[in-house]
Amino acid sequence: MSGILKIALKLLVNDRSKFIALLVGITFAVFLMIMMMSMFSGILSRSSSSVYNIGAKIWVMDPAVNNATSSIPMPDYVLSTARSIDGVKYAVPIYFGNALVKLKSGAYQAVSVVGLDDATLYGRPELIEGKIEDIYAESAFFVVKDAEFKKLESPAIGTEFEINDHRGLVVGLAKVASGGLFGIPTVYTTYNRAITYIPSMRFTTSYILIEPKHDTDIPFIQQQIKKLGYQALTRDQFVNKISDFYTYQTGMGMNVLMMTAISFIVGLSISGQTFYTFILENMERFGALKAIGAKGHELIAMILFQASFTALIGYGLGVGLASGLMILAKLRLPSYAAQVTYTNLIFAFVMVLIMAGVSSYIGVRKVLQIQPFDIFRG
Amino acid sequence: MGNVAIKANALIKWFGEGETKTIAVKSASFEANFGELLYIVGPSGSGKTTLLSMISGILKPNEGSVLVEGKDIWQMKSDDIADLRLHKIGFVFQDYHLFPRLTTVENVAIPLILKKMDWNEAIKVALEYLEIVGLKDRAQLQPVKLSGGEQQRVAIARAIAGHPDILIFDEPTASLDGDTGRKIVEFIKTKILNAERCVIIVTHDSRIYEYADSIMKMEDGNIIGFERNTLHVA
Repeated sequence: MSGILKIALKLLVNDRSKFIALLVGITFAVFLMIMMMSMFSGILSRSSSSVYNIGAKIWVMDPAVNNATSSIPMPDYVLSTARSIDGVKYAVPIYFGNALVKLKSGAYQAVSVVGLDDATLYGRPELIEGKIEDIYAESAFFVVKDAEFKKLESPAIGTEFEINDHRGLVVGLAKVASGGLFGIPTVYTTYNRAITYIPSMRFTTSYILIEPKHDTDIPFIQQQIKKLGYQALTRDQFVNKISDFYTYQTGMGMNVLMMTAISFIVGLSISGQTFYTFILENMERFGALKAIGAKGHELIAMILFQASFTALIGYGLGVGLASGLMILAKLRLPSYAAQVTYTNLIFAFVMVLIMAGVSSYIGVRKVLQIQPFDIFRG
Repeated sequence: MGNVAIKANALIKWFGEGETKTIAVKSASFEANFGELLYIVGPSGSGKTTLLSMISGILKPNEGSVLVEGKDIWQMKSDDIADLRLHKIGFVFQDYHLFPRLTTVENVAIPLILKKMDWNEAIKVALEYLEIVGLKDRAQLQPVKLSGGEQQRVAIARAIAGHPDILIFDEPTASLDGDTGRKIVEFIKTKILNAERCVIIVTHDSRIYEYADSIMKMEDGNIIGFERNTLHVA
């Protein structure tokens, strides 16, 4: 580190009260921004968990569907037509629904039920206990062993329960890539058992999952499905549609944006004001440095360094604090939906750089205005 | 190096415009030589500090020129003037302007650090200058923990650490008691001034006039007298 920057560092950190105030301002702002964005990312990720867990390349649905759990059942001819489209390797139905489970203790628990195509079991979860073929046994269900598993009183293979007044039997425990958004356990069974156990409308197919022969066939398949009045989306397109729904149609996105903006403004106000005060209190020193022979660009470098140093330390503390709190929250609440993504980190970093930039700009303007003559005049 | 350290030619400086225009220095010309302790004296508002600022490359005159070791400083670019101040001129400000967040030795090292000297080397050299002013044992203290006289000596050490040819003191005894003030000027006269250095002191403290080689008197922006000191103390 050059000597002039070392002086800048000592001027900054040795003024402990100001330095701490600066750090608190930036740390607090970064903490709030990261928390807000991470919670939102977590919610968005969870909202698309079914899409990730099932893993199909193409999802056919009613165009009015805007999130995975609110499917609109489709007539059977859509499935038949989909199977006949050139470029489709295979197409299977899948059922998504909710049911009420009566547990051994007598308590009721809502569950999310996924009905897999009886012939192929396409979209099945990875089993950690049990055998896949047992799903064809009478009243058989797989239970996903995730954060919500305990809500079903941690059943083992062979545990019986009532589901919508039908007998249910746990034949396997499964794991999935991502937990759901709504905090209820998930069970898997066959498509036909699901539509038998759960009351439904005339049509029962929630989605049709298509595997194309080649990825280049996807646009043609989408075109043909569109002609039927339905929509075929790739996995990423479906995830984006769900994200757009939560971001723009639920008010959640705007709330998070506003909270993030407020965090930024609060951070900017605290750090900007404190840094400005710091510069004002050091004006005489900067003037003295100028009189002794420091050049304008050296003073600018000092201020930029001070602002950047504070910003980076504050950023690190803010990210650490937010991550620490999320880890603690997840220890206590395993289904806590928050995830720190690179996008969040980069966004917060850019915001912090803007804070540092604005604070520096104010400081630089002030310092460049001071004349060494003012030092002589006292 | 010639004998003339600073030559001021018909310096004029005014502030404000129109009705608010105030002429601070009215056509000041003088020379200060190496090996000379020159006092600029006069009452408050007489233009001493303005003149000092112009000759040290801090305040641009409206008219006239300043030659430092033969170079017209006000024809230079601002960065070159800053360089000249750093390499040729040392300042001791009236309020010292020490950095309270730095230690005493770090304060003294500032001109060396501005000259791009390595930090550790600068601290080592600064310690030597603190020894010259008798404050080596106070090196790691912050300036606020020093007395007024000690702070003044730290400011002197900082001013001379950069090896300047010209040293400028603005009211060095203003905030010191009579004894300490005299000791400081005596120290300047005996330890700081030499044949290759010019020391200019702005003051209106008549108690220290006896140490001057030359005294330039100012009043209302005019130089009203320039005389060799008859009360000279060796």
